Amino acid sequence: MRPASALLSGPRAHHKALRALATLAICAAGGAAVVFALGLAGTDYAFLAAYTVLQFVALASAWNILGGYAGYVNFGVAGFFAVGVYTSVVVYKTLQWPLIFTIPLAAVFAGLLGLGMGYLTLRLRGVFFSIATLAFSIVLNTLIVNWAFVGGSRGVYVMHPASIEPFGSYARYLVIIMLILAIGCVLIARAIERSWIGNGLAALKDDEIAAECAGVPSLRIKLFATTLSGALLGAIGAPFPYFITYVDPASAFSLTIAVNTIAMPLIGGTATWLGPVIGALLLGTLQQVATVTISSALNLLIVGILLVVFITVAPNGIVGFVKGLREKRP
Amino acid sequence: MIFSLDLFCNAVVAGILLGGFYCAVAVGITIAFGMLDIVNIAHPAFVMAGGFIAYFCNTKFGVDPVLACAIATVPAYIVGRLVYRFYYHAFEKRGEESLQGLAFFFGLLFIIEVGLLLTFGVDYRFVEAAYIGPTIDVGFISIPWRLLVPLLVGLAVTGGIIAFLSRTFIGKAILAVSQDPLALRLVGGNPVKVKEIAFGLSIATAILSGALLIVIQPIEPSMGRDFIGRVFAIAVLGGMTSLPGTIMASMILGVAESLTTTFFGPSWSPAVAFGLLLVTLAAKPAGIMGR
Repeated sequence: MRPASALLSGPRAHHKALRALATLAICAAGGAAVVFALGLAGTDYAFLAAYTVLQFVALASAWNILGGYAGYVNFGVAGFFAVGVYTSVVVYKTLQWPLIFTIPLAAVFAGLLGLGMGYLTLRLRGVFFSIATLAFSIVLNTLIVNWAFVGGSRGVYVMHPASIEPFGSYARYLVIIMLILAIGCVLIARAIERSWIGNGLAALKDDEIAAECAGVPSLRIKLFATTLSGALLGAIGAPFPYFITYVDPASAFSLTIAVNTIAMPLIGGTATWLGPVIGALLLGTLQQVATVTISSALNLLIVGILLVVFITVAPNGIVGFVKGLREKRP
Repeated sequence: MIFSLDLFCNAVVAGILLGGFYCAVAVGITIAFGMLDIVNIAHPAFVMAGGFIAYFCNTKFGVDPVLACAIATVPAYIVGRLVYRFYYHAFEKRGEESLQGLAFFFGLLFIIEVGLLLTFGVDYRFVEAAYIGPTIDVGFISIPWRLLVPLLVGLAVTGGIIAFLSRTFIGKAILAVSQDPLALRLVGGNPVKVKEIAFGLSIATAILSGALLIVIQPIEPSMGRDFIGRVFAIAVLGGMTSLPGTIMASMILGVAESLTTTFFGPSWSPAVAFGLLLVTLAAKPAGIMGR
């Protein structure tokens, strides 16, 4: 937390806007570099791997808004993600909109779901909230399995054109979209962290009753965080059907996605926006390498072991660990 | 939807029988979660481990699955105590149990699950015993032995735990730690030691429930996840700390699920538990037997 940004005045605000612009420029440049490098690598696998890793960066950042800042662990990641996925499937089967218009729609639906879930469950103590979110995701899963229009348990094919102008191949187009989503999620998470809402959520995490006594509108900002986090998770799900081209409940409510989304911020560090990014890049890349070189069954084992090791050795994640080392130095 | 009396009665009976198994799983959750405040979401993974112990002993040595796991409860109790000791030193002592503790058990869940997956593979495994197959027919109601045995064992375990908690010295100490650990410390008890014993007990019941599960149906390693929500639904519905509440909630969920499966089809049954859980959490978070 930075007290300086909480006490904004005229020149400081100007300075802050400049810094935000600079961050945006750096992100854009970095993103362009990623796409350019992938273009040089040229293989489809490079795009596939990049999409998966970027998706994890986005998911981890979005999850962290509620799970990390407020300490409310959402086990229902798969549910929100799947709302985005199936919004996309329904749009594909009915309106045939281009993908970039589907993403905001998916965000709206998933956000509404988050709001509803928040109303039902946010009055519960932390762990009960976690279980309720898991329940939410499984109820949704059951509904989708029984909904024949979107393919039910058999699944549905989603076709996309081989190329799209001016991006070249469709795989490259998807990577660019996911890149923008990832950067967007990170910037939003960063903005929340540095606003009064972020401070309020951090206060809630420390002691909810004390925060309420001090005037933090706890239910309102929790609802805000749940809605925003849910909306972003849904938006990230929207391009997914075009990415895998065959959607069934098992892939939309994928356990790998849910587990990684929770594990990555915890390994990277939940207190800041940087933690989920580091966790996602590290774990995502590691898993890509492990999938290619060893086996895909090992992925969950890697996540499980890393999670246990990290929270035992570095309970505040990599970011917290590095910070602790720095503070120890004279 | 076809409604008939004998279908209905059979579904209710099957539900009560299934409730016995749920009860055996939920007892451990009620102890760990409700009484000790330990968010052991890896509990169903221990149940699966128990199932595979039963499978291993049955296929290798021809031992009865329930007997095998009854013996295995002793090492399971020790493992449980070790897990709690680690958990205590790594998290509880530092006061970081809420988020980090949850993450720890989350990680443990996947380590156990993938460990089983790598050892036994993804195929469905089953056991052989004399009581798997035959049924008792009472009028138009049929009671399969493979469901009756888990019900009896489940109720015996739960009854035993209730008796242990209310009659013995250590049992009363466990109840005391669930009410007020500080007060227990003041009268000279060691809450950490008591919690360690109680958690060992909880894991032992999980291993035994695994034998019941593999008697009821063939199992594969990732099945445990389906039970997470279901047994937590029972624990919450039962009021978290009350074992009689847990028994009642198990039966309610078993019957509700069985009726749904019979009249709407099995694809709807997962939603029953979670729908019930959401309604309980929203309307009466203290559970049916809540204070």
